Amino acid sequence: MTQKIQLNINGFPVDVKPGTTILEAASKVNVTIPTLCYHKDLCVAGNCRVCVVEVAGQKRLSAACATPCEDGMDILTNSLKVRNSRKHIIELLLSEHNADCTKCYKNGKCELQLLASEYKIMTQDFIELLPWKDYTIDMISPSIIKDDSKCIRCQRCVRTCAELQGVNALTVAYKGDKMKISTFFEKPMNDVVCTNCGQCVNRCPTGALVEKNYVEEVWDAISDPGKHVVVQTAPAVRVGLGEDLGFDPGTRVTGKMVAALKRLGFDSVMDTDFSADLTIMEEGTELLTRLKKALKDKDPDVKLPMATSCSPGWIKYIEHMYPEYLGNLSTCKSPQQMFGALVKTYYAKARNLDPSKIVSVSIMPCTAKKFEAARSEMHDSGYRDVDYVLTTRELSIMIKQAGIDFMSLPDMEFDRLMGESTGAAVIFGVTGGVMEAALRTAYELVTGRPVPFENLNITAVRGMTGVKEASIKIENPLKEWKFLDGVELRCAIAHGLINAKTVMDAVKAGKANFHFLEVMACPGGCLGGGGQPIPTNAEIRDKRAKAIYEEDAWKPIRKSHENPEVQKIYKDFLGEPLSEVSHHLLHTKYTSRQRF
Amino acid sequence: MEITRDLKNHKVQLSENAIALVKKICRRFNYEEGELINILHAVQSQFGYLPAEIQELIAKELDISVAKVYGVVTFYSFFTMKPKGKYPISLCMGTACYVRGAENILNEIKRQLNIDEGETTPDGLFSLSSLRCVGACGLAPVLMVGEKVYGRVAQADVRKIISEYKAGCPTHPSKE
Repeated sequence: MTQKIQLNINGFPVDVKPGTTILEAASKVNVTIPTLCYHKDLCVAGNCRVCVVEVAGQKRLSAACATPCEDGMDILTNSLKVRNSRKHIIELLLSEHNADCTKCYKNGKCELQLLASEYKIMTQDFIELLPWKDYTIDMISPSIIKDDSKCIRCQRCVRTCAELQGVNALTVAYKGDKMKISTFFEKPMNDVVCTNCGQCVNRCPTGALVEKNYVEEVWDAISDPGKHVVVQTAPAVRVGLGEDLGFDPGTRVTGKMVAALKRLGFDSVMDTDFSADLTIMEEGTELLTRLKKALKDKDPDVKLPMATSCSPGWIKYIEHMYPEYLGNLSTCKSPQQMFGALVKTYYAKARNLDPSKIVSVSIMPCTAKKFEAARSEMHDSGYRDVDYVLTTRELSIMIKQAGIDFMSLPDMEFDRLMGESTGAAVIFGVTGGVMEAALRTAYELVTGRPVPFENLNITAVRGMTGVKEASIKIENPLKEWKFLDGVELRCAIAHGLINAKTVMDAVKAGKANFHFLEVMACPGGCLGGGGQPIPTNAEIRDKRAKAIYEEDAWKPIRKSHENPEVQKIYKDFLGEPLSEVSHHLLHTKYTSRQRF
Repeated sequence: MEITRDLKNHKVQLSENAIALVKKICRRFNYEEGELINILHAVQSQFGYLPAEIQELIAKELDISVAKVYGVVTFYSFFTMKPKGKYPISLCMGTACYVRGAENILNEIKRQLNIDEGETTPDGLFSLSSLRCVGACGLAPVLMVGEKVYGRVAQADVRKIISEYKAGCPTHPSKE
């Protein structure tokens, strides 16, 4: 029997397990305690102090997030002492904060602003310290803006970068009143090991870390009658977007999203899922080719395990941290970039459009995609393949600006040519999804039979465990794949870069024996991406994942190679996977970068 | 150990010997992350300061993030990222010294050397920093040049002290 602790919060009795914090206990009796530095995904810091509460018999107030419950505690969360202190703490935070709220990107979404509003901070009792603060605004990165004047030094970003991502691009530098969140030698974010994953942006309570937004540029393109504006939407957006527009987490809003995009004035609304299916064709073939070289031709130079290349955060991470393994990455571009390269070639030709007049926009759950689209090698169509990348959050801004009542929109369908997708493409948005999609196709390609799992659901690769391993035995393959007979195809899946580090260190140590590795930079995969609605935490990621698997189950076609538009593009344009055209448009190279 | 500075690019060139020395120090501490402060201490005592290039090298040796190293270096006021002068001047700004006019002394030093706190004169002779209490409050205001303590310093003494060091023979005795 587990020991129970009994305590009172505001007079309400509550039972909790040992180790429960006052903050967690309070939520059990529906008492809200405000927080700023606290985040469900991160370790407790206890530095902002806004969660202070009064414990009867103790002179000093305690931080609810960092104080474990004790038996018989009598806690007041709303006494006069607590209220006054909390108000002072908020005022002190504001005295160092650039509170020019109406001109802030996070206006209306800022946790500090919300607290100031709740506590009706109308006066300024403390000296304004901002003019003496040494702060910089770093706008150099194509993905992330870091504005120190808005920073309250809660260190959520530093903890995110260290605990979830293991990147440590950010640190706490100096101390006391000079303390600041900094990169190495205060270099621009673009010049350090930052992967642009945006997990810090997703967790910043204020406007100190935000995505670089391209909303105005996209409006300009839409308003320009000389431009044909094409938009693509990533799989994870459809299970996140609703959260910013009135729906509960885990609501699928695919049809409403398409309808909204059409009302915003995009000339063509198509689906990144199409190019996700295409990725499976290219990447699956690439994997089988590598396996053939390794197992049949005994080529010692073939690089295994082959790693997925869909996540631009992961790509930049491996470029910095494990550049000697760039050869292990699949040469496939990400679905976003494949789509971009095809919009200005295949689509332009089919629709008889001048590619120079096409503006290609993507809606992504991701901030790293902005960096990816800006990479110099992503111009294979002869133009910049993807002109603007908007996050899920930026799309919700546009929808609100346009006065669209999202909740009452009818469901609409994607436009054709590059709008058809399968269930296999949808699950790209969740950790393990690319692996599952690849297995559904590769296994069938090799054996002529569907994967031997009930309803095609490969449950071993699903779930939120940081590193997952699975294997599938190939039996009775078709004649040309005879060398794979009896081969146990082994896979590993990691999400969150801290878990990618675990896997890569195993690969480096020669302790990894798998053939195929899927890595997504963000916890939970793209559905937990840095560009997704705020807040994102484990509970919300689970709901979004459930929605993605529902969407997959609901799709009439659930295997990438059965996508009729994918079959059509191979027939009309690409020829076959890994063809010369494919190589030119759909594959890429990587750059070795410095870690130190 | 000397470090060559490429003044045009503000880049530091680490000689083979310098690199070998840093590596040796890291090895001496078994490349342990927990020994970072001791490593930085040992390296600074050899080079006088901790420029970016040395921090990068230490991070590489210990296989930790450079930002982490930077965080530790900036946190402790003992560590410095700028080369100190041949004669580092520290002025006590503790309560006792402060009320007895340390600020005037500080301003006078700044005026005489034409540098700010944390800076070094272009000729590399002097650097200036302030500190909190050297435990000689009875001598307030207190000024230190290197290890040498000057007590009850008056504004007019500053020029004399500096010129003596410029002449290269620091013989000025402590007033006590």
